[in-house]
Amino acid sequence: MSAQHMIDVQDLTKFYGRNPAIQGLNFHAVRGEVLGFLGPNGAGKTTAMRILSGYMPPTSGSASIAGYDVVEDSLEVRRRVGYMPETVPLYPEMTVHEFLAYLGALHRTPDLEDRIDEALEEVQLTDRTHSYIGSLSKGMRQRVGLAQALLHQPEVLILDEPTIGLDPAQIIEVRKMIKDLGRQRTVLLSTHILSEAQQVCDRVLIINKGRIVAGDTPENLQAQLAGADRLLVRAAAETGSLKELLEQQPGIVRVTGTGEEGAVEVDGTPGQDVRPEVARAIVHAGLDLLEMRPVGVSLEDIFLQLTREAEASESNGGER
Amino acid sequence: MAESANPMRNVWIIAAREFRQYFISPLAYVIAAMVFLILGGIFFINLYFGAQTGQINPDGRIVIGPLVTILVFVIPAITMRLLADEQRMGTMELMLTAPVRDWELVIGKWLGSFLYMLALLAVTWVYPLILHQLTTPGIDQGILVAAYLGLVLLVAAMLAIGVMISGLFENPIAALFTTLAVLLGLWILGGLGSGASTGSQIANYLSLVDHFYANLYRGVLDLTDIVYYLSLTALSLFVGSLIVQARRWR
Repeated sequence: MSAQHMIDVQDLTKFYGRNPAIQGLNFHAVRGEVLGFLGPNGAGKTTAMRILSGYMPPTSGSASIAGYDVVEDSLEVRRRVGYMPETVPLYPEMTVHEFLAYLGALHRTPDLEDRIDEALEEVQLTDRTHSYIGSLSKGMRQRVGLAQALLHQPEVLILDEPTIGLDPAQIIEVRKMIKDLGRQRTVLLSTHILSEAQQVCDRVLIINKGRIVAGDTPENLQAQLAGADRLLVRAAAETGSLKELLEQQPGIVRVTGTGEEGAVEVDGTPGQDVRPEVARAIVHAGLDLLEMRPVGVSLEDIFLQLTREAEASESNGGER
Repeated sequence: MAESANPMRNVWIIAAREFRQYFISPLAYVIAAMVFLILGGIFFINLYFGAQTGQINPDGRIVIGPLVTILVFVIPAITMRLLADEQRMGTMELMLTAPVRDWELVIGKWLGSFLYMLALLAVTWVYPLILHQLTTPGIDQGILVAAYLGLVLLVAAMLAIGVMISGLFENPIAALFTTLAVLLGLWILGGLGSGASTGSQIANYLSLVDHFYANLYRGVLDLTDIVYYLSLTALSLFVGSLIVQARRWR
């Protein structure tokens, strides 16, 4: 079971004092998979990654990397994980080469000199091999951090916000690199940028307030959720009466105003085309239908929807 | 075989980096320059007045006495950034996610600073060498060697205390002053140990420099003193490892 799962997490919980950072996380990842943690700042992404990289133990629950428990076999876990922390801490007074040689030695990297060259090639930093880290730009430092994580050819890569602070061209490069790496290894990355999760990840875990609120492929997340077949409807009528009218139609789940007079967004039952009903209803009511078009639902909307639902159920639970 | 050689290898890798780090940081050069300047001044004054009275005291420890006082102020500056800087810069996260045991990190840091101090102490040997040339029949090498052995043990213990305290802080300056306070406290403790009561005896035993001046400095090799310094070093490094470990649970 765990031999297949490169990352296996069960009921993982971490409290800082009395505050829960993550609560009851359950997930796994296999070789050749890029798994994304998606969530707002403070959702618990970094905490989960720190536990998986062997930096800190969980309060309860368990996690294993390649079958090794992160608490019991911490050293084995740390040998197999390449970790890039969020702020990419580096030693500014060392050169890029010195830094990589130091961490590579601690990781017992075989053929270290060759690996340093390869890793720097991968992150396109060969021309700065002997520059002091303190003199590098933020984007370059980010790439040194990435080279450091790749250096010992870990089976599992854990990257905390890997594209933050990079310029657009570099972001594209790094995303492409992560996708390539994800073919043979297991990559767990965190991001709060939804389009990034959509582009890079095979599977996305949406995490909010320390809990996983949804997990699936980006495509399925979009398909399975209400709002996948959202329509924008504009008619020569008052928003209020238009809303009232459409809400009565069968197959329509929700009608929301757009802020523009006479225009609403209509959510149908997933998988059902409600356009004929909407058009008929408006015409029968003697109104003029001005516009009707599908509006794609982005991961952004799903994310907001899910986190809002999670908050709503939480406050209901509190009242009971 | 390779596995069993692992722990010392990590300690050595970390120590080597710290040792090299001293030679690229201006602070270490300033400290070394200051130490040699003060010692040189003291040495010169001794020789000058010795020459005027026609009687140069052939005591090889001419610079070791004042050196101990200087070290109490120098050691905190040497150790202040060892662990505090890793915490301040966040690189502790890299160290603690590398396959390195917490104690390997602490001992490696300590060993790096110890090697630097050994280099510094080795240079101070120049003064007794000069003195040996100037006097007949020369200086007592036995006492000198014992005094230097004591000095090395004393330095090892003070550095270990400094590394341990550096682990408590993110700010090197806070580590500097706390270490200074602790070292001075352990020194002053000897003053309380002048009586004959049990408390005095305990204070006397715990005093950092009494073990040095009472025996090793006089050329007396007593196992009690050696054990005292070695256990103080080991205990400080052990507590330092616990402090690093506790950071994980935060």
